[in-house]
Amino acid sequence: MIRDITIGQYYPADSVIHRLDPRVKLVGTIVFLVSLFLFQDFSGYIAATIYLACVIKISKVPLKFMLKGLKSIFILLLFSVIFNLFLTDGETLIHLFWKVRITKEGLGIAVFMAIRLVYLIIGTSIMTLTTTPNDLTDGLEKGLRPLKKIHVPVHEIAMMMSIALRFIPILLEETDKIMKAQMARGADFESGNILQRAKSMIPILVPLFISAFRRANDLAMAMEARCYHGGEGRTKMKPLIYKRRDFIAYATFAIYLSVVVVINTVSKLL
Amino acid sequence: MSITIENLNYIYGKGTAYQANALRDINLTIEDGEFIGLIGHTGSGKSTLIQHLNGLLKADTGAIYIDGENIYQEKYSMKELRNKVGLVFQYPEHQLFEIDVFSDVCFGPKNQGLSKEEVEERAKKALQSVGLSEEFYKQSPFELSGGQKRRVAIAGVLAMEPKVLILDEPMAGLDPKGRDEILDEINKLHKERKLTIILVSHSMEDVARYADRLVVMNKGSIQFQGKPREIFCHYKELEQMGLAAPQITYLMYALKGKGFDVDCKAATVLEAKESIQNYFQAVKRQNREVGR
Repeated sequence: MIRDITIGQYYPADSVIHRLDPRVKLVGTIVFLVSLFLFQDFSGYIAATIYLACVIKISKVPLKFMLKGLKSIFILLLFSVIFNLFLTDGETLIHLFWKVRITKEGLGIAVFMAIRLVYLIIGTSIMTLTTTPNDLTDGLEKGLRPLKKIHVPVHEIAMMMSIALRFIPILLEETDKIMKAQMARGADFESGNILQRAKSMIPILVPLFISAFRRANDLAMAMEARCYHGGEGRTKMKPLIYKRRDFIAYATFAIYLSVVVVINTVSKLL
Repeated sequence: MSITIENLNYIYGKGTAYQANALRDINLTIEDGEFIGLIGHTGSGKSTLIQHLNGLLKADTGAIYIDGENIYQEKYSMKELRNKVGLVFQYPEHQLFEIDVFSDVCFGPKNQGLSKEEVEERAKKALQSVGLSEEFYKQSPFELSGGQKRRVAIAGVLAMEPKVLILDEPMAGLDPKGRDEILDEINKLHKERKLTIILVSHSMEDVARYADRLVVMNKGSIQFQGKPREIFCHYKELEQMGLAAPQITYLMYALKGKGFDVDCKAATVLEAKESIQNYFQAVKRQNREVGR
């Protein structure tokens, strides 16, 4: 039940995309997201679709997993489509009743919005599905290093993020175990009104907090025992170094972005 | 209460990249009042199997009959099942949450919907049977020692007065004294209250002393089952599974290898002692006869 929550939803496979430097994937994702908002008409989306399809194919992650993320935004998607469809002024296509009508502009915007949202989610899913959370924070740390000049504690933030990410599955498993143990003692989490249900969470939350504190304590001790003293002068076991494939990827992003810009200007001229 | 498991299969993480067959074709019958030792290497499926017995996990295929009734049939009450089958998880002390020991033990029976007097009576009885005296009742469970915490947690399940008690590694992380005490108390419950006990462990010495029957699991299926004496004859296979027979088995085989005619099937130190004594007495008798 609780395992359905996938935050670190990494899908292990052996593909070029998996092996790319996390910084490249971060930049690539941002480029893709920006490109989605550059388009004014459908010709641009054809380019985005082809690009996305190629990336999915290369990543070797089944499409099913990409679409899983869409479940969470389904309601949002529905709302934005409905509102745009019925509440946009313009040339009337179908008149339903009273003031409710579907306009040509509304239809266009609704479809645009839907595609944008779906592609946004799929685009980011590709990154999280092909990059382990640890790689991602490593990439962030190195990518944001210039901010250290203005005294942003980049290393500390990255360390906290990776610890937090690392502990999500552990705490989920712990929650699962505690829930089962209390269920074995006859606890009921499903019936009753809101107050009763909130109260029934106490037997889970108290042991969970205790175990979280215990783990934090142990971790701090273990880090200190291994002479952790912050990011100063710290080296990495697997330092991030750009390889040939990373430069190829950057080149691909540049080409994609210029194609998008060209399509955009051409369609504006027409 | 008898438990019959038929062709049970369970797939872990279905539909994800980490899918694995956790249980394969489990068939097992447990009679009323038996003391079963469930043994297996880490990841062999022991914990998964016992969670099926009180309905915390649902099998993909197969059936479990408790007193002849299929627990997967419609309208079978899981609450009723959990009253009958008590499950003590690994490191149960991590699930304590109340402000004092007594209220924590009361949690189970309270959920059963009993009256206040009955709840308290059961809690007292349960705390007594794990050997905790009244001075502990009002203490915070978090201030107790590891062994004491574990007893409180076991009492929390006992207070529900189940017919079957399943314990997942109740000795893990305890010192030798603590573990002997807990095992003795479990054995007492078995003897005095006629509880059916399923004890999960990977320590052969511990289970061999108490269990009527051993069930050995490996990679999600049952490899051997039978009396401890019979199981330990397979000590070579047990080693391949990452388990081992009790030290005493090795000693007996070593003695036999040197030409001493002792009983290799001795599963406990006591049995071994008797067998060795018998052997030497027989030798003595022979020598006397020869001398005459």
